[in-house]
Amino acid sequence: MSPTLTFTDRGIYCPAGDFYIDPWRPVERALITHGHADHARWGHKSYMATHAALPVMRHRLGEITTQGIDFGETVQIGDATVSFHPAGHVPGSAQIRVEVGGEVWVASGDYKVEADGLSEPFEPQRCHHFITESTFGLPVFRWQPQAVIAQEINSWWARCAAAGKTAFLGAYALGKAQRLLNMLDPEVGPILTHAAVENTNAVLRTQGFALPETIAATAEIDPKAHKGALVLAPPSALGSAWAKKFGSQETAFASGWMQLRGVRRRRAGDRGFVISDHADWNGLLSTVKETGAEHIYVTHGYTDIFARYLSENGWQAEVVPTEFEGETLDAEPAA
Amino acid sequence: MNRFAALFNAIDQSTKTTVKVAALADYFRDAPDQDRMWTIALFSGRRPKRAVTTTKLREWAAEQAGIPLWLFEESYPIVGDLAETIALVLPPVESTSDRSLSDWITQLRSLSDVEDADRKTAVLEAWTQLGGTERFVFNKLITGGFRMGVSQKLMTRALAKATGKPEAELAHRLMGNWHPDDTTWESLIEAEDASADASRPYPFYLAYALEDGPDALGAREDWRAEWKWDGIRGQLILRDGQHFVWSRGEELMTDRFPELARAVDFLQPGTVLDGELLVWHPQTDSPASFNALQRRIGRKTVPKKLLVEAPVVLHAYDLLEWQGADLRDTPFAERRALLEQACADLPPEAPVRLSPQLDFDDWDDLGEIRAVARDENAEGLMLKRADSPYLVGRKKGDWWKWKLDPLTIDAVMIYAQAGHGRRANLFTDFTFAVWNGNDLLPFTKAYSGLTDAEFREITKWVRKNTLQRFGPVRQVTPHHVFEIAFEGIQASPRHKSGVALRFPRMSRWRQDKPLQEANTLEDLNDMLRIYG
Repeated sequence: MSPTLTFTDRGIYCPAGDFYIDPWRPVERALITHGHADHARWGHKSYMATHAALPVMRHRLGEITTQGIDFGETVQIGDATVSFHPAGHVPGSAQIRVEVGGEVWVASGDYKVEADGLSEPFEPQRCHHFITESTFGLPVFRWQPQAVIAQEINSWWARCAAAGKTAFLGAYALGKAQRLLNMLDPEVGPILTHAAVENTNAVLRTQGFALPETIAATAEIDPKAHKGALVLAPPSALGSAWAKKFGSQETAFASGWMQLRGVRRRRAGDRGFVISDHADWNGLLSTVKETGAEHIYVTHGYTDIFARYLSENGWQAEVVPTEFEGETLDAEPAA
Repeated sequence: MNRFAALFNAIDQSTKTTVKVAALADYFRDAPDQDRMWTIALFSGRRPKRAVTTTKLREWAAEQAGIPLWLFEESYPIVGDLAETIALVLPPVESTSDRSLSDWITQLRSLSDVEDADRKTAVLEAWTQLGGTERFVFNKLITGGFRMGVSQKLMTRALAKATGKPEAELAHRLMGNWHPDDTTWESLIEAEDASADASRPYPFYLAYALEDGPDALGAREDWRAEWKWDGIRGQLILRDGQHFVWSRGEELMTDRFPELARAVDFLQPGTVLDGELLVWHPQTDSPASFNALQRRIGRKTVPKKLLVEAPVVLHAYDLLEWQGADLRDTPFAERRALLEQACADLPPEAPVRLSPQLDFDDWDDLGEIRAVARDENAEGLMLKRADSPYLVGRKKGDWWKWKLDPLTIDAVMIYAQAGHGRRANLFTDFTFAVWNGNDLLPFTKAYSGLTDAEFREITKWVRKNTLQRFGPVRQVTPHHVFEIAFEGIQASPRHKSGVALRFPRMSRWRQDKPLQEANTLEDLNDMLRIYG
């Protein structure tokens, strides 16, 4: 009997159900964990994802054939029993649980453990085989509670506003940007958004996600009319001609990579805030424990190191090559 | 240490010089004397002696963090900084401390004299009391190497702002042999006479590179030209019957170059020379290449045999002090005349040579002279304005270095490794090969020269084109050709290719060039014959 899930050059494959999970080459049937571009790629015949994840995928991929599913709902695909469970990564993101003949596998895609107040909170799943990321799988990555970072960001914003500067905050357009929106203190000043962020906001608002009021920073906007503003933009827009229109400004970047001083100094402009939609070292370890799985497959990030640590501590852990990118500083994986 | 940590954050969080200078100046105005003296010391490379080995620190940190040592060691190169790695893996802080910077430094220095166990107790206790930036700064103090985006120049500017004294004067005061233990703020910064120390050097004047040739410099008559030597810049000080040799990095090198001791026999006290330390071939009466000098670099004591095989002389090109008087405001042409006078009767056994000035008719003529610089073991030309004073630091306008174009070769990238620190998540360290028949023969590594955008692009490519992994090193599909620029080439039996390059870097990503058109081992050997 072949394993419940296998690793192929197209992606994670389930022979019993003849479907792929987050494949990176076009396939007949794709089950998708979330809408970031390294997981939801173009060109599959059909896409299955949570109802909460589909609108953004349609917005990004255009005309696609979709099948929605609720969190916790069970469907039978061939001989496989499949269900989707919250991954806490971005709104709508899921871990995919696959059961064949009593053997349970979970493909977690990208996940984070802390509830961010917007995404459906992470729910660890008991399983025999667990497929995990390790984007931040080193003990130097440990996140502070979101409330602490919110305070740092708001006091930076307030200082910028007091100094007559516009605060530019760089973050991924899907997920991180909306999470930050909910952390901002609207008392400080108006919140402006780059078109890439605002388009995603619009999709999520229609779905019923509550986001604070934002003003689209279009090409025609008059910066002088929005004193003390914070502008939320994808990293690529920081320092662009569009951003320069706002005159005196400070730029900051929100990412787990900001934990490293070297990276912060290379990429962050004026400030770097340490906040990630991926699990930190402790989050990865606690999750692996809570799944109860004996077999762990590490897909992306510091795979060799994390797998070695797990092996030394009693797990059957191995590295599985994939084309997932995790959190990059450079292009948004969902660009 | 709260105040110093706050200063560190203010400096670290900004990329703007004005913000850094303002934060430092505020600190210099208000901080207690001992703290500001140590701050000046730290930012000018005078750090407390290391009291704990880094091996111990790694062990203790891993132990406290509850992780195996190998995991700590794997994390370190990714973070790129030992002090930071330790700060990040340690458990959260348990209590707080309001002890001052100098207080902590005093305690750290006292650790040199205690038993290992007590040393460990003291360090672990500090780790439980210091959180965030303070913990990082404390680790920096133990491990040394206090670089944090503040140059000595920037610090001097901040001191000038805080004290109202001219920057050039302060730069001079901060030079030389002083230590916070035996020097007060008053005597270093405030006192009327700063010349008490006989060894104190003058701040070096540094030239900018001339990118587009000398035509824009104006009239030829206003300029003097010299060879730009490929050695170690040095200042020779003769005062009170003693001699001192300083490097540009403000390192006292007197003992490394014992040949220069004889200078006191030939030159009068109250003389300070600026020049280049070069290995001299007495037989040919000409300077040797940089390769010969390399044997002397880094040697604190010199065996007799090496003194005979690679004797060093100072090629003097400027006179900063003459008969005890500071000449730096005197025009270069006049300083040069005095220098020639001082060096006029030097016998061949004197360890000082006058660096010649070059005769040339016009800029075109000078261009032809520059073209043969390699034959003289020079790396190009220096252009100095005849009426220029001797300034402090790197200033545009009066001094220019007009270097030779580097040598170049087109090579194939075959291995890639991720960078450290600033470049932790990018592939930046590459190994390059040339063709040897149908094989690719590795011959050099290079780390610099590409833009951040290019490094990001190549990083993406490496991830998708890895053939094999050897620990952190990835063998990649031979595909990309890069132009490698370098300053020199020499035979090297230690390298498989038989050659070693000096200062190799990537000058261009030859996306236009097919793999097969990269250079060959024969091409490298030809270069070795011509330039080696």
